Amino acid sequence: MSTELLPLVGGAIALALVLGGLLGWAASRMPDDVDGLVEQINALLPQTQCGQCLFPGCRPYAAAIASGQADFDRCPPGGVATAEAIARLLDRPAKAPDPGYGVTKPRQVAWIDEARCTGCARCLPACPVDAIVGAPRLMHTVIAPQCTGCELCVAPCPVDCIEMRVVGDARISRQTGS
Amino acid sequence: MAARREFAPGIALETHKQAAMQSRIAPAPAPAQAFVLLDQGDGRHTVPCVRVGERVRLGSPIACADTDAGADLHAPVAGRVRSIGVLERVPDAGHAIIIDNDGSDERDPGFEPLPPPETLPPGELIELIRRGGIAGLGGALFPTATKLAQARARSIAHLVLNGAECEPWICCDDALMREAADDVVRGAQLMLRASGAKRGTIAIENDKPQAGEALGAALAAVGDARLALVVLPAVYPAGAERQLLTAVTGLEVPEGARPPDIGLLSQNVGTAAAVARLARTGEPLIRRVVTISGSGVARPCNMDARIGTPIAELIGAAGGYTGTPRRLWFGGSMTGRALPDDAWPLTRAMNCIVAATDADLVSAASVERPCIRCGDCARVCPAGLLPQELHRGVRSHDESLLERYGLADCIECGCCDYVCPSAIPLVERFRQERVAMRERLAAASRATEARLHFELHERRAADLEASRRREFEDARRRARDHSADGG
Repeated sequence: MSTELLPLVGGAIALALVLGGLLGWAASRMPDDVDGLVEQINALLPQTQCGQCLFPGCRPYAAAIASGQADFDRCPPGGVATAEAIARLLDRPAKAPDPGYGVTKPRQVAWIDEARCTGCARCLPACPVDAIVGAPRLMHTVIAPQCTGCELCVAPCPVDCIEMRVVGDARISRQTGS
Repeated sequence: MAARREFAPGIALETHKQAAMQSRIAPAPAPAQAFVLLDQGDGRHTVPCVRVGERVRLGSPIACADTDAGADLHAPVAGRVRSIGVLERVPDAGHAIIIDNDGSDERDPGFEPLPPPETLPPGELIELIRRGGIAGLGGALFPTATKLAQARARSIAHLVLNGAECEPWICCDDALMREAADDVVRGAQLMLRASGAKRGTIAIENDKPQAGEALGAALAAVGDARLALVVLPAVYPAGAERQLLTAVTGLEVPEGARPPDIGLLSQNVGTAAAVARLARTGEPLIRRVVTISGSGVARPCNMDARIGTPIAELIGAAGGYTGTPRRLWFGGSMTGRALPDDAWPLTRAMNCIVAATDADLVSAASVERPCIRCGDCARVCPAGLLPQELHRGVRSHDESLLERYGLADCIECGCCDYVCPSAIPLVERFRQERVAMRERLAAASRATEARLHFELHERRAADLEASRRREFEDARRRARDHSADGG
């Protein structure tokens, strides 16, 4: 090897080191790949926050799917469309939602029979999206456009004054005036 | 930009207009009860501003639009408000104000001629048109004042009055132009003043020679150099907004843009006449000309009818039914909508009511067959789309393909359906797919909102938990300090 090439080889080695260092630094600074995947899966979930998948909300379920803890067939509100979309994202064979986790229903919202509501306020913390307005010993009501229809407020009600109504039901529009 | 294609797209159709054009426009009897629908379509509503039992006079405001995209409603009869609520006897008609007509036709104090429009600043003229509740009588019901104000803000150059009326059966504009050409021309002048446009063109099809003559005479009488009449070849759908503007001006409204973006404004000729009548007499929009036609009607004609008159009464005034009609619809035969019941009241959007018998209907017994990719639909599409490709996209639910091939630009004219040798209901599929796409978008925005609410909820729960723990720790420390002090 002629000595004239030495500076060139040295330069190339230096460049490789610099670029390698840059790459390493960037990799350490970039968000974890898994986190990105969780966000991508979460974006496909319907955000009902109903917990039917047995995870406390859509994001935890997305994290479980990303880490392989749970399959992507556990989301009844999302139905076939959501299962298919996640299968496409993960490049896995599509499959229908497992009916063991619940059935897909038409869009529904909670409705409080205000005549029977005692104002116990137990449904308030149960609502994952703060769609119920009320205070202790005062009548409660549901902000219908904000309700995801998760049904989590139905069980805590001691007087069973909350029922689920399918959207489009005239009884909802009459109450909310929308 | 001009002469986009050498051949004229669209189709020549049997017009079915002659029957109703035999007589002059007949005034329809005022209804004993007027049913004024509050829903204006496209999610636009009006909010009642009268109470049950209140007496209203002819032209009194009875409901206000909730946004700029709607127009106020006025009482089409004088009398007492009987009820306000869901119109029980007409399924799916929604909410209505029902007024018992006392027959007096006593006018509202506000129902008086406007000050001479030439003395008014354009902004005030627009405000008066807004108060008159004038809305696009071509069928879209977009408030004229909003459209004029938008045009003024964009300093548009050219106003086009749409008198093409290209769809079969409809001939209310033809009748109006023949009998009230003065009003159309006067309305055009007022709209020029309100919008600030430099020139105006009244566009009609060449199958309306009498309307053309009447308009020509009216234009000659006013001698306004800004106004002109243009006669277009009669081809469906020459009267569709974008297609008409291109035919008249040579400019094409770009994809995703609207006419004001290229300096144009279009208005229906009936709307112009309504503006002229408002200026002359102060009458708000409480009636319209409507075509009553079809072999199922004894005397097809055009009628000047009050808004809120039940369709059954209008057909009664046209001599009643001849037997049982096979189908009842409003609008033309290409884009019209079925009327499930003749108890429906006349709305401002209804330009034509057809009671059709078998003689009127094309035998639609043919069964849908697979697409053979003949391309006939693409040849007739006035929007320059490829319906066969869109159909492929609809079948495979391929949203990116539908976007690429411009589903949003479909004007739902029905030409592709008409020529399809495989009898594929293309427009119906496109319409359904657009609804589904809108619903998917709405679901996505609901999900985003729910996610934000959930994150806030979670953060608040975490804060609460943290503050509880802090309090507990504080209490324990105090107890420890206390016992240390004591000990």
